[in-house]
Amino acid sequence: MNNAFLKSTREAPLPPPVSTSGVVGWLRMNLFSSIGNSLVSGALLLFLVWLIPQLIDWAFVRAIWSGESGAVCRVDGAGACWAFVNAKFDQFIYGRYPEAEHWRVNVIFLLLAGGLMPLALPTFRYKNHVVLFMLTVFPFAAFVMLLGGTLGMPQVETNKWGGLLVTLVVAITGIVASLPLGVLLALGRRSDLPVLRIFSVLFIEFWRGIPLITVLFMASVMLPLFLPDGVTVDKLLRALIGVALFSSAYMAEVIRGGLQAVPQGQYEAARALGLSYWQTIFQVVMPQALRIVIPGIVNTFIGLFKDTTLVMIVGLFDLLGVVQSNFTDPNWASPQTAMSGYVFVALIFWVFCFSMSRYSVSVEKRVSFNQR
Amino acid sequence: MPSFIQNLLSNRTARGYLTQLIVLLGVAWLGWMMFDNVATNLRQQNIASGLSFLEEEAGFGISQTLVEYSEQSSYGQALWVGLLNTLLCALLGIFFASILGFSIGVARLSPNWLVAKLAATYVDLLRNVPLLLQIFFWYFAVLRSLPGPEASFELADSFFMNTRGIFVPSLVMEGYGGLVAGCMVLGAVFGWLVAHALEKRHAVRPIWLGKTMLAPGVGLVFGLFATLIFVGVPAVDYPHLDGFNFVGGLGIIPEFTALTLALSLYTAAFIAEIVRAGIQSVDRGQVEASQALGLSSRQELKLVVIPQALRVIIPPLTSQYLNLTKNSSLAVAIGYPDLVSVFSGTVLNQTGQAVEVIAITMAVYLILSLSTSFLMNIYNARMQLVTR
Amino acid sequence: MRYRHLSLIIGLILGIMATLIVIPMFEPQDQFPMGATTGTLPSAGVPLPKPTASNYAVATNQKSTLQVVLEKGYVQCGVSQGLPGFSNPDDRGDWRGIDVDVCRAVAAAVLGDARRVKFTALSAKERFTALQSGEIDILSRNTTWTLTRDTSLGLDFIGVTYYDGQGFLVRKESGIKSVYELKGAAVCTNTGTTTELNVADFFRTNNIPYQIVAFEKSDEVIAAYDAGRCDAYTTDASGLYAERLKLTNIDEHIVLPELISKEPLGPVVRQGDDQWADIARWSLNALIGAEELGLTQKNVRSFLKSENPEVRRFLGVESSFGESLGLQNDWALNIVSQVGNYGESFERNLGKETRLGIERGLNAQWNEGGLMYAPPVR
Repeated sequence: MNNAFLKSTREAPLPPPVSTSGVVGWLRMNLFSSIGNSLVSGALLLFLVWLIPQLIDWAFVRAIWSGESGAVCRVDGAGACWAFVNAKFDQFIYGRYPEAEHWRVNVIFLLLAGGLMPLALPTFRYKNHVVLFMLTVFPFAAFVMLLGGTLGMPQVETNKWGGLLVTLVVAITGIVASLPLGVLLALGRRSDLPVLRIFSVLFIEFWRGIPLITVLFMASVMLPLFLPDGVTVDKLLRALIGVALFSSAYMAEVIRGGLQAVPQGQYEAARALGLSYWQTIFQVVMPQALRIVIPGIVNTFIGLFKDTTLVMIVGLFDLLGVVQSNFTDPNWASPQTAMSGYVFVALIFWVFCFSMSRYSVSVEKRVSFNQR
Repeated sequence: MPSFIQNLLSNRTARGYLTQLIVLLGVAWLGWMMFDNVATNLRQQNIASGLSFLEEEAGFGISQTLVEYSEQSSYGQALWVGLLNTLLCALLGIFFASILGFSIGVARLSPNWLVAKLAATYVDLLRNVPLLLQIFFWYFAVLRSLPGPEASFELADSFFMNTRGIFVPSLVMEGYGGLVAGCMVLGAVFGWLVAHALEKRHAVRPIWLGKTMLAPGVGLVFGLFATLIFVGVPAVDYPHLDGFNFVGGLGIIPEFTALTLALSLYTAAFIAEIVRAGIQSVDRGQVEASQALGLSSRQELKLVVIPQALRVIIPPLTSQYLNLTKNSSLAVAIGYPDLVSVFSGTVLNQTGQAVEVIAITMAVYLILSLSTSFLMNIYNARMQLVTR
Repeated sequence: MRYRHLSLIIGLILGIMATLIVIPMFEPQDQFPMGATTGTLPSAGVPLPKPTASNYAVATNQKSTLQVVLEKGYVQCGVSQGLPGFSNPDDRGDWRGIDVDVCRAVAAAVLGDARRVKFTALSAKERFTALQSGEIDILSRNTTWTLTRDTSLGLDFIGVTYYDGQGFLVRKESGIKSVYELKGAAVCTNTGTTTELNVADFFRTNNIPYQIVAFEKSDEVIAAYDAGRCDAYTTDASGLYAERLKLTNIDEHIVLPELISKEPLGPVVRQGDDQWADIARWSLNALIGAEELGLTQKNVRSFLKSENPEVRRFLGVESSFGESLGLQNDWALNIVSQVGNYGESFERNLGKETRLGIERGLNAQWNEGGLMYAPPVR
């Protein structure tokens, strides 16, 4: 057999055509695949080339970074007035919390960050314990610490709280209070007992049907009339009650979604094993349901976190409220003050919400992967 | 005795009744406590109660009124004005948010990398910043960058834009405005019915015979004829500067513009995500099958992808529409006279009857929400039926 | 019995206990800085007086406001959310202003210590409910005395701290010289105040077309006016002087000469507690009366030896008018020595030397051309 006409060595593969590889190929595939696409891409590129330098110019190049008063920002052609944010930074974070006691707030912030950090690590083993700690011990410890009046810490009344502190207090109280309430309401809505079911449905639909702002108005104006004569409730606490009730209705719907996703067989199997109702729920169903709805819970929390800004309308000084009330400080009046303040607040909220939404997406991916 | 109780407790049915009884008593007790406290507090402090205040003269002005309203009107009419302002803002907001949201949702799936990335950036940026902040931003940023009335931006001497709002020419309807509007609605319904009938007979029709074109088209034609019959050729009222501000024409106050803009942009980000998820939920095989059947890309989208995507899209879309309506209550922060701002704001302050005013406001929102979700549930059920 | 749910029950009990511990912490505690604080106040704590026999029949089922205040040891006072000159927290968070001084006077009269006041910042919307529901003991928040408020809201006005009228602020460049030139103007104001109603009345009776733009918070009103949304900003004249300071460029704006309404601003208490109303009323009267008698914070102690029977009655050296109010006899002495007289408070908070720079005008003593007139103590 003469195999001489067969090639004995393998030829190296040809490189892919230039039009589909490398930078040029990528551009052609993704930006200029057709005439229409090319036109759109060109227009958008022009827009970006126009926009981005202006933004950079305003936020960095021409920005005023420090100064004693608004005078530094009143010069012609000045960009963002970061000096305003710089000078008022403490107020934006702590409100009028006494300066000597700031360390208490810092400890709480650190505890919070320390508690949330491990949750982002997929390999961390004691997540359940950390979550339990954050949902039970931490909120009470935080309130005791922030309010003071015990353990040798002077009392700091809630009307001195403000800024990011109030934003976080409202948001975290909302989530911590709404989880157990939401679980109970969701169970109530799926209960066999008609009275429980009707009350749960009424409660959930009522709170979901009205805007948060009317809830806050109710808490601030109407709640005092609901209480017996002489009993008064702190202004912050009133807003917290309103936010907790409101968010528990949304949480209930999220958790109900999780309960519905648990297969009926799980209930039947638990019943067959002789477990009682509560055992079935808390040892079999709830762990599965909650794991499914973690992304939903995080999304509810993002919504709640953004909605905390509404408390400024009823006169509490959350982050947005504090920043806005400082716009009227005559010392810092300048054309760029308001814009810089808004951008600062937007940035803080964005960082919190964006990282949470990324976390929720990653959990979602993991959960759906595990289910396959 | 204890064994009797033990028996009772171990009986499932009995336990169920017992639980319900306890809950019922608890709720009743709570309700009675609250009612009793309110009643006692009001009586003790001589605070007026009841709904008779709705008949009293309001005595304050409102910056945007869709119906006849003056300072002599009653608090009840102020409530009506506020409600209409809320509805106007919500409906326009829903309209713009839907258009923008659908476009951005589709853009996120665009093969053009730049378009997809920009759409994603838009969604990530707008969704993660509080709405209230965005409303403030649009209101004050826009307001500060506009000129005063004397130096308005103008177009063809008839369109003006300044710190007091946007002013456009309007048609003088000589009191027949309501009639003409009625005819337009009638025409739109008629057009929709015709398009619906055509749809049943012919699966593929020229684009102008679809519901989206025929309903508004016939409505406009009806309106035009009604105007010609009742008013003749209507005079045009051009806005012009008189004293400090523009008079004549149609004025759109900046509070309304800012609120609608902020609501539309914010909600559009959420709608975009819903639309993207909806389109992605359509099985790839469906698209391939329709291509194999030789459908054009328009037919493929219209007959295969969109109907299936809509089924996933509509339930969350409904809740976004409801959210937008409820979020329009943030108007109170920038002084747009919506329901909350006029009624729970001004009227509450003037009358001091907090319980009644807040209860009415909540009831109105509840009715709005529940009726919308009721209608959407019917629509949804019909969409779902198609699959079977 | 089964014990499987023991952990659940223990958890519940712990939760309830924790709640019970936390909620009382929101109740303000009796903690006052007893060391030297400000020059205007005495440096030593004053022991609380005991309630004295009173002439007031108090409903048996309910504690009178005086009893409540004496028990908790401070007066809870409702103020604005920040109106310079009237009630505004300074850099250190201490409340300053003429409305604040009224509350301090009540505290000085009742508790013998002007520092024993706690302040609650209230919006226009919240102020009346806060008083009605007992959250505060007295509302001193630049509130206009009107018939509706005095009757159907369950409130009692006890006097006038400041005679005001509604004015207008406009841009100088607009060239407006009088309110009557505001034809077709957009006017910014606060919702839910008497100003909103007055402005409607005024333009209606004078047949001047206008457009109202109303906001919930005064900060938003002034921001919108500053941004050019309105041609004019209207509120109580005193408020105009105060809010003006928040504008980007104060010199570009002027206050029009006309006042279109009467706005007597005064403190308010709950209806139905006559004793507390009298105490508040006479605390205010003491501030005003002291100025007429020439008593000031500095010289008041020297007047204790005065021969003038009027002064002797006022300061409680002679007769026992304090006891008829249910207070100590040195109540007025405490007010003047710790808060000063009305004129001093006015000059300190609103007067020429302050940034507000308001003239006494209607708020001068009656014998100097004003309306301030305290009934005699006798």
